[in-house]
Amino acid sequence: MQKKLILDSKQLDITLSRLCQQLIENHTDFSNCVILGLQPRGIFLAELIHQKLKSLKVSVPLGYLDATFHRDDFRRRDTPAKAYETRVDFAIEGKDVVLIDDVLFTGRTVRAALDAMISFGRPAKVELLVLVDRKSTRDLPIAADYVGKYVDTHDNQKVLVELQAQGHKQNKIWLINKE
Amino acid sequence: MSKLSQRHLLGIKDITRQDIELIFETADNFKDVINRPIKKVPSLRDVTIANVFFENSTRTRLSFELAEKRLSADVVNFSASGSSVKKGETLLDTVNNILAMKVDMVVMRHASAGAPHFLSKHIKANIVNAGDGTHEHPTQALLDTFSIREKLGSVEGKKIAIIGDILHSRVALSNIFALKKLGAEVMVCGPPTLIPKFISSLGVEVELEVQKALDWCDVANVLRIQLERQQLKYFPSLREYTLYYGINKKMLDDLDKEIVLMHPGPINRGVELTSDAADSHHSIILDQVENGVAVRMAVLYLLAGAA
Repeated sequence: MQKKLILDSKQLDITLSRLCQQLIENHTDFSNCVILGLQPRGIFLAELIHQKLKSLKVSVPLGYLDATFHRDDFRRRDTPAKAYETRVDFAIEGKDVVLIDDVLFTGRTVRAALDAMISFGRPAKVELLVLVDRKSTRDLPIAADYVGKYVDTHDNQKVLVELQAQGHKQNKIWLINKE
Repeated sequence: MSKLSQRHLLGIKDITRQDIELIFETADNFKDVINRPIKKVPSLRDVTIANVFFENSTRTRLSFELAEKRLSADVVNFSASGSSVKKGETLLDTVNNILAMKVDMVVMRHASAGAPHFLSKHIKANIVNAGDGTHEHPTQALLDTFSIREKLGSVEGKKIAIIGDILHSRVALSNIFALKKLGAEVMVCGPPTLIPKFISSLGVEVELEVQKALDWCDVANVLRIQLERQQLKYFPSLREYTLYYGINKKMLDDLDKEIVLMHPGPINRGVELTSDAADSHHSIILDQVENGVAVRMAVLYLLAGAA
């Protein structure tokens, strides 16, 4: 199994800073903005973005969204997907929502997340922020508004995101060749 | 693991502790779903479920139907009264006819113990037992234990007294299996005529005095006196039953501890529970009903998803 480092801890920090600056550029006033991390792995990135925004004196509500029950691969896999906690303690109606996930691959999770989000109300605007955008692997016409890093990948490759918040020693993003 | 060990839910006896915990974790998420402004998710969009009820039911049937609809399944209802069962059709024929119309899951209640087990040997669809005679009522036991876990944080090590007609109760048997698997201590309490002879072989205590049972337990699960199953006289009169085994609010208030009061419904007010007890702050009876929908959604989701 070959592993290639895409981002190390320092580069990740720079990337996150840039993403936050881009958010600030587009949302001068954050009063109408909320951010939603996608379960299970997008929430760690959402937490990091949330903290960084706070250090830049921007306070914005943070929620977790689980799209398991809205997925389109139910009964097409061996076991039912495990559901995670959804925590949205604020109204979404009329808000500018930023969805956050770690890796954008086929776009199906984001499609399901859009559906799941609509159960809470009708947002004014929805944007997507991802740390890694795997180019040319999309099954659906979905694009991210904010991208940490573009990566050219094949189907038999996998992007592995290791964050300290998930219990890893260091923040590292890898590209792995599957057997 | 996010898969049940069984294809059907026939009884709690057949499933593992891991299965029960997986159902609980999934039900936590569904409880969140049914409290949203939009209570529906599309998970079972291409699944058809038949609710086949050979015995009367309002609560269980309504709860299953709501659970199915909240999951976006297509639902057909069948009840024995007004059907060809009255013309002499066998159980297997009836169900095979329903399945020939391309039904994926069957939720069945039947007056005979073992009816869903029999069916599971002959048909391909997933079966959920919604009560078979005096045998098991697995989803009721799951929602009861889920409600205890929600109220007390966990079931392990808790003391649960099941009070009333143990002999005729499928709720009691399924609850005993579920509680024991989750590591609770279980006591049954009722008149000696309504306690099965070998019940202690399931590892439960037997107590004949209701006050002692209340003093002992953290949770009192009070069962309904099943008037329809009392062809024989198991006790002299309802008044006498109430006198010796009825629970009122004062008995609960006078305990020097917190107690949780449960009842699977429908309550015979003034028989096994007085109104002031049933409506008191000790009672989680309506939470049980709410949790029933979430737990049934979890069971249907996990069974359908593994197909």
